[in-house]
Amino acid sequence: MKGSKLLCALAGLGASVAATSAHAIAWYFQGPASPIAQDIDHLHQYVMWLIIVIFVGVFGFMFYACYAHRKSRGHPAEQFHENTAVEILWTVIPALILIVIAWPVTKVVIAQKDTSSPDLTIKATGYQWKWGYDYLKGEGEGISFVSMLATPREQIDEGAPKDENYLLEVDHELVVPIGKKVRILTTAADVIHSFWVPAVGVKQDAIPGFIRDTWFRADKTGTFRGQCAELCGKEHGFMPIVLRVVSQEDYTKWVAQQQQAAKAQAEDVNKKWDPKELIAHGEKVYSSTCLACHQANGRGAPPAFPPLAGSKTVNGPKEGHIDTVLNGRPGTAMVAFGKQLSDTDIAAVISYERNSWGNKAGIVQPAEVRARHK
Amino acid sequence: MSAVVDTHAHHGDSGHEHHDHHGGYSGIMRWITTTNHKDIGTLYLWFAGIMFFAGGMMALVIRAELFEPGLQLVKPDFFNQMTTMHGLVMIFGAIMPAFVGFANWQIPMMIGAPDMAFARLNNWSFWLLPFAATLLMLSFFMPGGAPGTGWTLYAPLTVQQGIGMDFTIFAIHILGMSSILGSINIITTILNMRAPGMTLMRMPMFCWTWLITAYLLVAVMPVLAGAVTMTLTDRHFGTTFFNAAGGGDPVLYQHIFWFFGHPEVYVIAVPAFGVISQVIPAFSRKPLFGYASMVYATAAIAILSFIVWAHHMYTVGMPVTGQLFFMYATTLIAVPTGVKVFNWVSTMWRGSLSFETPMLFAIGFLFLFTLGGFTGLVLSLVPIDIQLQDTYYVVAHFHYVMVAGAMFSAFAGIYFWLPKWTGKMYNETLGQWHFWLTLIFFNMIFFVQHFLGMAGMPRRVPDYPLMFETWNKISSLGAFGFALSQLLFLYNLFTTIKSGEAAPQMPWEGADSLDWTHLPTPVPYHTWETPPVLK
Repeated sequence: MKGSKLLCALAGLGASVAATSAHAIAWYFQGPASPIAQDIDHLHQYVMWLIIVIFVGVFGFMFYACYAHRKSRGHPAEQFHENTAVEILWTVIPALILIVIAWPVTKVVIAQKDTSSPDLTIKATGYQWKWGYDYLKGEGEGISFVSMLATPREQIDEGAPKDENYLLEVDHELVVPIGKKVRILTTAADVIHSFWVPAVGVKQDAIPGFIRDTWFRADKTGTFRGQCAELCGKEHGFMPIVLRVVSQEDYTKWVAQQQQAAKAQAEDVNKKWDPKELIAHGEKVYSSTCLACHQANGRGAPPAFPPLAGSKTVNGPKEGHIDTVLNGRPGTAMVAFGKQLSDTDIAAVISYERNSWGNKAGIVQPAEVRARHK
Repeated sequence: MSAVVDTHAHHGDSGHEHHDHHGGYSGIMRWITTTNHKDIGTLYLWFAGIMFFAGGMMALVIRAELFEPGLQLVKPDFFNQMTTMHGLVMIFGAIMPAFVGFANWQIPMMIGAPDMAFARLNNWSFWLLPFAATLLMLSFFMPGGAPGTGWTLYAPLTVQQGIGMDFTIFAIHILGMSSILGSINIITTILNMRAPGMTLMRMPMFCWTWLITAYLLVAVMPVLAGAVTMTLTDRHFGTTFFNAAGGGDPVLYQHIFWFFGHPEVYVIAVPAFGVISQVIPAFSRKPLFGYASMVYATAAIAILSFIVWAHHMYTVGMPVTGQLFFMYATTLIAVPTGVKVFNWVSTMWRGSLSFETPMLFAIGFLFLFTLGGFTGLVLSLVPIDIQLQDTYYVVAHFHYVMVAGAMFSAFAGIYFWLPKWTGKMYNETLGQWHFWLTLIFFNMIFFVQHFLGMAGMPRRVPDYPLMFETWNKISSLGAFGFALSQLLFLYNLFTTIKSGEAAPQMPWEGADSLDWTHLPTPVPYHTWETPPVLK
């Protein structure tokens, strides 16, 4: 038969596609690493089995009719067209099945929403296109960092060989201790993002101007990877969330390291930088923080992301340029980088912008940035 | 429904008399000035066909980029424009106009009315569409391109878009106007122009589904217009409906949008149910099982659709009582939907079945739409939805409803009614090939997307981690196969119209509505100038 040949050809094609893929084929939920994720997995299996039974039952009837009640087999058409008892039955029974489904689900919904008495509270802020984490309460209070995609652009744009964790790797991982109730507060600086770590069963939209919350208690150590789940502009596919769950001991060590590093990095804003060094540092800051919108060539992507080459702000008085970077431009995608970058980084990136792509507007020292803080 | 019709010796003669009378104009002016429901139905269907291929091309761009990891063909912002416009074009340009086309052709013939109630308004309802479509397409050529927000146009991402966003907003206004006017026409026609004796509960099910759909449209299109107008004033006139800095709330947009958006799902699905309810009895040679319960179930689905909108928003962070309410309300929809499926299967049970192309598409619909309904049930459950929201599982789910649901039903309708409309018979072999290829490739595209979603691939991303590669490859290959299969349909359609064999008076022996039983094939330009009297 023609049809079966076609099916064979398709199956062969499918097999060859599968063979060319070097990676394990993911087709089900990631292994659960929290009780809630475990519950979700169980609920899903429970509902799927019910559905499969009903589906096979209903379409068993249909396909039997397709086989046995065919005109070509000479089956005469009967003319019945209602049966009140049957119709009531097939309204009531599905309603009862729904109750059987709703009962266990409701319990999980209530558990998922209970964010009370956390051991650790972390705020996750969505930016276009990275995540900021602030440890607000609990061990590690005061730790604060920004977490960005670590996959090199060559792998994305130029077909360079891809790492195992392509698009799922970041420069700073979110670290939490095992077995502790972690409450995540989400918010955003520009548009809506969504904080999602499948393995711990957490997905919570991050809404600009509002705080929402969710929680998890990881019961496995390891690194768990997720991605932003709400379309947030052009780099939406490139802002992963990497969660590392560690033992209590390792967590205490990590906290100590972070706090020491923060002290070591405490900047000397009064240092006078050599212009060349400052611009070179600025180029690094630019490519990690500004490039996605304003582009490597400084031409931006108007109208949402204006060009910096030849820009009035960049070539105008220093104060205006510093204020724009520090405080952002309300109502546009330009956010207040004063909250994300050090004064040195801001001075460096401003200096870089004022001396690139044909701009020639002098350099800005960290102390000048500090002076513009409100 | 076996109505006895007193035809006043009317058909044949009076039909023939006006057969070539196209309102005084010929050529292009005939189509621009026409007030004939059949002409306007044809215009709607051609328009839908063109938009179907335009939206399909956009889907191919999406699937081509997703063939392998990394960015190869398009930039991420253009990719986002593609997902946005694919959605808008397919929903507002292809599916909705296709079913309005069926309504225009079939409702007057089925209820014994000479035309739609407001014939000139009908002309305008259609001719708004090409202008709206032009505006929508022009947005690609504006600085910044078309909106890259997804078809849902969520605030505040919409505020960042270029002027293409405003073009899209105005296009939606005009599309909405067209839908509202069309719906008023359909409601008035059905309520006022039925032939004597054609009581509401004797109407063919297709008319019932459209009556209910038209009410849905009149209720929700203004809400969408409000949502996009608020977006417009937030963008340009300093309002802050969706901006917390001015006391607004981005989530407000989502509530308004989905108050439109969920009933919109049924605007698409319910007329599809109507077509299926005509086709299945015809090829089972047996009356539709449970006619009255079908009407009540459809109405129940429509009413419930107004109180479930926030199930699209479980992850925005609403109170637990809100989540529970919307979850319970949503799962309830399974009951009337189940009733419909059971009724269709019971219609087939102990019938005398044959499997021409319309019936194949109807069975394909029944099987795959139900599958899409079941994944909808999975998604209605809050904890599971929190894993699956905004993943490819959702993409798979709604394409089972939109493509295997609405589109399969549209194909069933076209193959079913084409002989009536044109007097020509399509090529049955090609039709069956079209069905089987469409069925196989559809599942190749979308079945695997359930796996992608469960494994954690977000939707609306131009690039993805390596573990998703295999399913994406299969899905993309399926998409190209699907597209090629539709060329087969086009070929069959054109050759049928141009040189198809003459259709017999009753190509489907089980069809029992007035258009089949009491009008000649092909139907004359004017029908039911004297209404039939049903006893």
